[in-house]
Amino acid sequence: MRRTPARLAAAEPEPAHTIEFDGRPIPALPGQTIAAALWAQGIMAWRRTRGTGRPRGAFCGIGACFDCLATVDGRPNQRTCLLPAEPGTTVTTQEGNGHADLAV
Amino acid sequence: MPTSPSDRRPYDLAVIGAGPAGLRGAVTAADQGLRCVLLDAGARPGGQYYRHPAPGLHAARPDRLHHHWSAFTELADRLAEHRAAGLIDYLPHHHVHLLERREPWRLHAATGADGAGRATLTADAVLLATGAYERQLPFPGWTLPGVVTAGGAQAMLKAGLVLPGRRVVVAGSGPLLLAAAASLSAAGAEVPAIVEAGNYLGYARRPEVLAANPGKLVEAVTHGAALARHLVRLRRSSAVIEAHGATDDPAVAGSVRVAAVTVARLDRDWRPVPGTERRIACDAVAIGHGLVPQLELATELGAEVREVPDGTLALRVDHRQRTTVPGLWAAGETCGVGGAELAAAEGELAALAIADRPPTAGALSARRRLRGFAELMAAAHRPGPGWPGWLRPETEVCRCEEVTAGQIEEAVGELGATDARSVKLLTRAGMGWCQGRMCGPAVACLSGAAEPVADRRPFSCPVRLGDLAALPED
Repeated sequence: MRRTPARLAAAEPEPAHTIEFDGRPIPALPGQTIAAALWAQGIMAWRRTRGTGRPRGAFCGIGACFDCLATVDGRPNQRTCLLPAEPGTTVTTQEGNGHADLAV
Repeated sequence: MPTSPSDRRPYDLAVIGAGPAGLRGAVTAADQGLRCVLLDAGARPGGQYYRHPAPGLHAARPDRLHHHWSAFTELADRLAEHRAAGLIDYLPHHHVHLLERREPWRLHAATGADGAGRATLTADAVLLATGAYERQLPFPGWTLPGVVTAGGAQAMLKAGLVLPGRRVVVAGSGPLLLAAAASLSAAGAEVPAIVEAGNYLGYARRPEVLAANPGKLVEAVTHGAALARHLVRLRRSSAVIEAHGATDDPAVAGSVRVAAVTVARLDRDWRPVPGTERRIACDAVAIGHGLVPQLELATELGAEVREVPDGTLALRVDHRQRTTVPGLWAAGETCGVGGAELAAAEGELAALAIADRPPTAGALSARRRLRGFAELMAAAHRPGPGWPGWLRPETEVCRCEEVTAGQIEEAVGELGATDARSVKLLTRAGMGWCQGRMCGPAVACLSGAAEPVADRRPFSCPVRLGDLAALPED
């Protein structure tokens, strides 16, 4: 029997719901953060930096580093390691400061 | 979303942080009849140490992700009793960003999972139990996706039951690496190596301290047994000196993720020894160099600090856990990183002092014994002065502002910067979203500052101008 986090904690989660990441449906378990749901799918980057446009994702996992920022439900700069993935949450890869629409 | 009782009479005590120190402090104070408010940035009590799966994940065995889980469940039960009796108001998702020194104290918090709400509370006394975050030392490639902090890997596993990859190299320095490697392995990740920069032989210099802490040895042996079972190899006096990326998703332009690391032996000063490099394939790296006490709410008020043997700063407290700021007590990692058991003992001592009750003998002896171990541990994992030897000019040091080692070197060597603050003004290193938490220790070291200086952050998380404008003016 392969070891998994869920087996280790003897977890029997409620059925997964769906969030959207860059237009793709992604399953998320109730109570998981957005970052956790993305990690579960092997997605490790959901932001591009302001300066060099390099990919970033969750780093510290506890809300201190702000590397995991993304645009969530249209609002940029949301810490995905803290925000719960709610059914229907839409996450889009954030380009730079996420305020390109302001054209400043 | 709990509403904040902003307009009620002041609490007897506000406890900031619901980890081991804050929980024990709050329930002990309530035992003595004090009306307490317990504020915590997280969604559930327990802090980082006792982070546990969300209820919807229905984890029947959260204890398997933890040491001493029963210590937490006992505290959680006592918290529930005091909440039911109306002695403790527990406010999750309340990140206190400003502690205003008045009579009574005024605490300002950002509320909600997204920090978008705000609340203000008042209390006659404050117990600071804000814990710590991880210390990072940059290396080439550390900003690649798949490189995460050791504590972050732990946090995401404990709360979300997810792994950062299938094959995870655990690296840095300090006992958290052993815990992270053990839990990652138990959860199904392959851990090809734990790469420890320090040398655990440092612990052997004080046999009397080790002998007084059999529990810590048992913990080490437990980790050791788990690691041996999963065939995890500990490489001492070694460091990951580079992470290498590879294309992650060919369909996405610029998509990259860590694919291997280069590990090298270190000399006594942590300088990489040429010719000892080895490449290890992996799809994730979990790194960390011990913990940094989170002090800004107190240092903003001028609280005195002391230097810990690992080079971090901690609050200076007296035998009753009083800081040098009247009416402000501190417990746990804020007084120097020492683990959950020590934090709980100090939380109890602080609460008894605040309630004007004598200390308990058990908590006093636990504090004495465990503080000794904490100082020994800190000394064994102090970063050596040669670690910048693995940086390159293009290595990003400040992740938020993308400031490179070369830019910092220029600020110090050519522009006359002498400390982290002047480097910040010249390069923007430490000016980003994280307020210098990730790069602060590294920048301070690269700036050549002789003494560590306490972080000064007027607010302990980013606060919107509108929220500041809305603060009462009286």
